[in-house]
Amino acid sequence: MPPFLYIFLGALAIVSALGVIVQRNPIHSLLALIATLMTVAVLFIGEDAVVVGFLQIIVYAGAIMVLFLFVIWLLNLQVETGPTGHLALKLFGSLTAALLATELFFILAPPHLQVKFTHEPVGYGSLASLAGKLFTDYLVAFEVTSVLLLAAVVGSVALARRLPGTDDPRAARKTAS
Amino acid sequence: MIPLTYMMSLSAIIFAIGVAGVIIRRNILVMFMSIELMLNAVNLAFIAIGSRLGSMDGQVIVFFVMTVAAAEAAVGLGIIISIFRNRETVHADDLTLMRW
Amino acid sequence: MQTLIQNLIASGAFGKNPPRDLVAAIVVFVMSLVVFLAIALPFAGIVTWVERRVWARIQSRVGPNRVGPQGFLQWLADGVKIVCKEDIVPDEADARLFKLAPFLVMLAFTLPWAVMPFSSSLILADLNVGILYMTAVTALTVVGVLMAGWASNNKWSLIGGVRSAAQIVSYEIPAGLSIFPVVLMTGTLSMQGIIRGQGWAPQHWFLFANPFTFVAANILYMSSLAEANRTPFDLPEAESELVAGFATEYSGWRYACFSMAEWGNLFIIGAIITTLFLGGWQFPHVTNNVVAMNVLELITFSVKVLFLVFLSMWIRATLPRVRIDQLMTACWKYFVPISFVNMIGTAVWVAIWPDGNVAMGYIMFAGAIALGAIFIQRVIYYLRRSQMEVYLNPTI
Repeated sequence: MPPFLYIFLGALAIVSALGVIVQRNPIHSLLALIATLMTVAVLFIGEDAVVVGFLQIIVYAGAIMVLFLFVIWLLNLQVETGPTGHLALKLFGSLTAALLATELFFILAPPHLQVKFTHEPVGYGSLASLAGKLFTDYLVAFEVTSVLLLAAVVGSVALARRLPGTDDPRAARKTAS
Repeated sequence: MIPLTYMMSLSAIIFAIGVAGVIIRRNILVMFMSIELMLNAVNLAFIAIGSRLGSMDGQVIVFFVMTVAAAEAAVGLGIIISIFRNRETVHADDLTLMRW
Repeated sequence: MQTLIQNLIASGAFGKNPPRDLVAAIVVFVMSLVVFLAIALPFAGIVTWVERRVWARIQSRVGPNRVGPQGFLQWLADGVKIVCKEDIVPDEADARLFKLAPFLVMLAFTLPWAVMPFSSSLILADLNVGILYMTAVTALTVVGVLMAGWASNNKWSLIGGVRSAAQIVSYEIPAGLSIFPVVLMTGTLSMQGIIRGQGWAPQHWFLFANPFTFVAANILYMSSLAEANRTPFDLPEAESELVAGFATEYSGWRYACFSMAEWGNLFIIGAIITTLFLGGWQFPHVTNNVVAMNVLELITFSVKVLFLVFLSMWIRATLPRVRIDQLMTACWKYFVPISFVNMIGTAVWVAIWPDGNVAMGYIMFAGAIALGAIFIQRVIYYLRRSQMEVYLNPTI
C-alpha cells in the first residue's frame, strides 16, 4: 500500500477510536468501534496479513458487533443524559492515557525492540503458511481453543438463561429477599 | 514499506484511547468496547512486527487473540445481561455491593 | 491487471514517468465503474422486470408490459420515478445514521464484484483469498441493515432490522461451512483456482463430485437466499406484518439503494454457487481465438447464474413464508450439523480419492437427470389431471 494510504487509515483509526469513548449514545460508540475494527483490518491486509484481515472483518463485523447491538437493544439503553464521568476522573483518565501512549511509544520504539528486518518469505500471510504454523507449532494451543470456545458457549447460555419456574427474574429476586 | 515506528505509535495511541475509555466511561458496555479496542491495538503491533520479522507467529497469535475476544464477548455480554436483569443498571458506579 | 497497468504506462497514455500508484488507482477506478455501471446496475434493474413477469406468468397474470417492448423498459421508468421522489428523513430519526445506512448496504453490494470471475481473463482482481473476501464483504450488509432499522426510530423498522441481523448472522455459519468442502477439494480460496479445478462437463462439476458436495451446494443456496432476505426467508420485510421492514421509513433514491442491493445480490448468490459448484465459466476449448473464447465463457457463466436467479424467482412465487422459529430451527438444528457432516465427509473422501472419483461424477449426474425427468413427468401428469389449459407463449 502507498504511504499516504497508511497515514489516512491511521488517522481514521484514531478518530473513530476517539469516537468510541467520547460519544454518549452507546450505538454511536458501537458504530465507531466497527469503523475502527474495519480500518485495522485494512491495515492488517496492508501488512500482508490477508487471511487474518478478512477473518477480522468476518468475526468482528459479522458476529461480535451484532452481539453487542443485540445486547444494547435488549437492555433498551438510551442516550446518557447525565455526565459520563466525574471531571476529575476525565482529567485523570486523559492524563493517564497520554502518559501511557508516551511510555508505550518510547518502550516500543524500534531501537529497543531490536527487530531484525528481513524480507518476507514467499507465500507470507497466505492461508497455507498460516495453517502450516497453526497445525504444527501451535497445534496444542489450537486444540485448547476449541475447549475455550465450548466453555464460552456453555457459560454464556448458563448466564443468560432464566431460572426454571420464573418468568420474571425480578420476581424471583423479590421472593428470595 | 511504512516505517515500524509509525505502526507502533498508531498501536500505542489506540491502546491508550482504549485505556482512557475504560477509566473515563462508566457504562459497562462502552468499557467493554474499549477493551476490544485495546485487543485490536495489540493485534496491530503483532502484525506489524511479524511482517517485519518475516515470521508467521505474529499472525497466529492474532488468530488466537480473535478467538479469545469472541469467547470473551459472549461471556461478558452474558454477564452484563444478567447484571441488568438483577440490578436494572449498566452503570459501573451503581454496582457497589462488593465495594468495601 | 498488473500487466495492463504496465502496458498503459509503457504506451505513454499518461505522459512520461507517471506515478505508478496513481495510474493503478485510475485504472482500477475506471474498471470498477465500468463493471458497476455496465453490469451491476442494469442487472439489478432488469431483474426486477424479469421477476415481475415471471411471477405474473406463474400466477396466471400478465405483469408489466406497457413501457417498451413487452414492458422491458419498466425498470427504467421505475428508476426515474423513484429518483424523482422526495428524500424524506423523519423528524425522530437519527439523521446521520439514517442517511449513512443505504451507502453501507450499497458498499456491501458493490465490493463482491471485484472478484467476480466472468471468464478466464475477465476478472478485476483474482485474489488468492477470493472466496474468503466474498464472505467477508457480504457480511458488511448486516451493519447497514441494522443501522437502517435502528436509525429510522420506527418499531417496524427495528423489528425488521433485528430479524434480518439474526437471520444473516445465523445463516452465515452454514453458508461458510458449505464453502469448505470445495476448498478442501481444490486446496485454494481463489475464485479462478476453484473454477480451474472443475471441468466444463457436468460430471466434472463439484456439484456432482460426491454426495457431500451436492448437499453442501443445496445448503449454500438456501442459506444464501436467507442471507439475501428472499422468500421463503423474507421475514425481515414481511409486507403483511412489517410494511417493508428496515426500509419502511426510506423513500426516493435511498430506498432505491436498498432494493437495488437486494436484487443485485441475487446475481452475487448465483455467481458464488456457479463458481463453487457449477463449473463457473468452464467451456470446451473450441477455438484458439482468445476473445471469442472469453465471450463464450462469459455467456456460459451468465447462463448458469441467470438460471439460479430464475430458480429463486420460481421459489419466491411458489413457497409461502416460514415462521421465525422454523427459520432458526432449520438453521441451527439441521443446516449447521449437516454442514459439519459434509465437511468431514468430504475430507474423508479426499483422503481416499485425492484426485476425485470420476465414476461417482457420472453416477450422480445420471441421478440428477433421473430426478429431473421424474419431476417433469409428475408436472405433466398433474397438469393433465387438472385439465388445465397451458399457454406456453411467455409474451402477451
